Amino acid sequence: MKAKILNLLAENARMSLAEIAGRVGATPEEVKAAIHSLEEEGVIRGYKVILNESDLGVSKVRALIEVKVTPRRDGGFDQVAERIARYPEVTDLYLISGGFDLLLMVEGDSLQDVASFVSAKLSTIDGVISTSTGFMLKKYKESGRIMQNDEEYERLKVCP
Amino acid sequence: MMKNMNDSKCAHREFVAEHVKQLPKSGIRRFFDLVNTMDDVISLGVGEPDFVTPWTIRETGIFSLEKGHTSYTSNLGTPALRREVCRYVEKNYHVSYNPDNECIITIGVSEALDIAMRALLNPGDEVLYTEPCFVSYPAEVRMAHGVPVPVETRFEDEFALDPEMLRAKITPKTRVLLLNFPCNPTGAVMPVDKLRKVAEIAIEHDLVVITDEIYSELLYEGEHVSIASLPGMRERTLFLHGFSKAFAMTGWRIGYACGPREIIDAMMKVHQYAIMCASTMAQEAALEALRNGEKEMARMRDSYCERRNLIVDGLNRIGLECLLPKGAFYAFPSIRSTGLDSTEFAEQLLKAERVAVVPGVAFGACGEGFVRCCYATAASEIMEALDRMGRFMESLKQQ
Ligand SMILES: Cc1ncc(COP(=O)(O)O)c(C=O)c1O
Repeated sequence: MKAKILNLLAENARMSLAEIAGRVGATPEEVKAAIHSLEEEGVIRGYKVILNESDLGVSKVRALIEVKVTPRRDGGFDQVAERIARYPEVTDLYLISGGFDLLLMVEGDSLQDVASFVSAKLSTIDGVISTSTGFMLKKYKESGRIMQNDEEYERLKVCP
Repeated sequence: MMKNMNDSKCAHREFVAEHVKQLPKSGIRRFFDLVNTMDDVISLGVGEPDFVTPWTIRETGIFSLEKGHTSYTSNLGTPALRREVCRYVEKNYHVSYNPDNECIITIGVSEALDIAMRALLNPGDEVLYTEPCFVSYPAEVRMAHGVPVPVETRFEDEFALDPEMLRAKITPKTRVLLLNFPCNPTGAVMPVDKLRKVAEIAIEHDLVVITDEIYSELLYEGEHVSIASLPGMRERTLFLHGFSKAFAMTGWRIGYACGPREIIDAMMKVHQYAIMCASTMAQEAALEALRNGEKEMARMRDSYCERRNLIVDGLNRIGLECLLPKGAFYAFPSIRSTGLDSTEFAEQLLKAERVAVVPGVAFGACGEGFVRCCYATAASEIMEALDRMGRFMESLKQQ
């Protein structure tokens, strides 16, 4: 049941308890308890909205940064990565296979903000060999949601 | 000067053929017109998936146009699609057909049904079919100058066909038996023992069986058994299937028929003159559906299953007795407890609470006392519809 609940929440984290209950075949109380225990266990870390900021006129600056790191003898990439993860500017952080090691998504109010984070903080961390920053110009899709609005398409209301 | 003898009586001769004039307008059509005059309606009245066709299939259709594949195909359909269809049918239904001459690609099951009737019936031949049923069945028979003969299916049999009731309707003129399990509008399936008996009856009376298995992937319990796979049935069964429901492709208009060569050859003649071939783009997209669409299909099926449980629980809770349908995406609750007939129920519900359901009588006389609620609708809408219907039920009690 927990796996089913997680699937539904991943699709829509604001789905009502009643709807989840109906769809997984449980009572709302059981669903509530299951979600609570998933939160306690730390499987669910939080709930977040997916925004299309371009409609809002908010101008946050985002960058994807590829980082090369010297792994440490005791603990590999974890120490550097966990350190980088503490910066609030860093919204996402992954260890990646291939030509570089860590991939970061960084958010700031301006280009300056992000640039100074990279030069003053990220580059100076022990173990960071090099960085390569790409600023995000336009968002087409996030977390499975497409940003473009398709034309309204009306289906028949009654058909055989 | 020539004088038309009819001039004095009327402006012109009767333009429309008698048998077409006699066709009833589909009950759904009337209801549709009513719904369309209203806003803020939650519709449980559709008969199609609420999903958009999976992207890989759409993309293949687009690519087909990009490549410039815009000509006719062979009358039977592209060889590649026929091969893939026969592979799919063998794998899932355990009947093998030769793609060269035992399979034809059609404009949906609708066309397959039409050309099958035209190919098989002599005027006056009787066609047995179960009711409540898909609205086109009796009309298709009439348009081919046959005589439709309904066999009732009952709530207490979970809307499966009772072999003895079937037997009772057979006459020397009976030629064809038309089956549809899982069933629109009841969601019923056939238990295998009953299906075996039906097969025996078909053999005994030398009937052709047309089996419309368009909902067979959308099965939530048990395993689907096609009557074509039962002993002695392949040679007298025409298997109809399509992409509309399982792959959410209603608007593409694509389906197929598999059967003995004699029947496919005859259908091919009608198809060749009336249709030429199914649309090339749709055929190429359908091929992609069979090759790479099963995962998406399973995902959609699981989603319907969740919503089935939601709606059936809800209907029973508000006092509309409803069986748990094993297939398709329709719930078919009884509304007898309200004392209304199905048309009154649907119209009053629509006017009072703006929820559209289809009166059961639209699917045949024995559908009276029931309404069809399609659950291929967002779960949140289903819940809202159930709330509104619950309110409606309360208001009836207070009257
Ligand atoms: C039982 C049944 N058969 C056939 C059809 C028509 O299918 P197609 O889109 O393949 O013509 C439908 C559609 O509602 C149906 O419910």
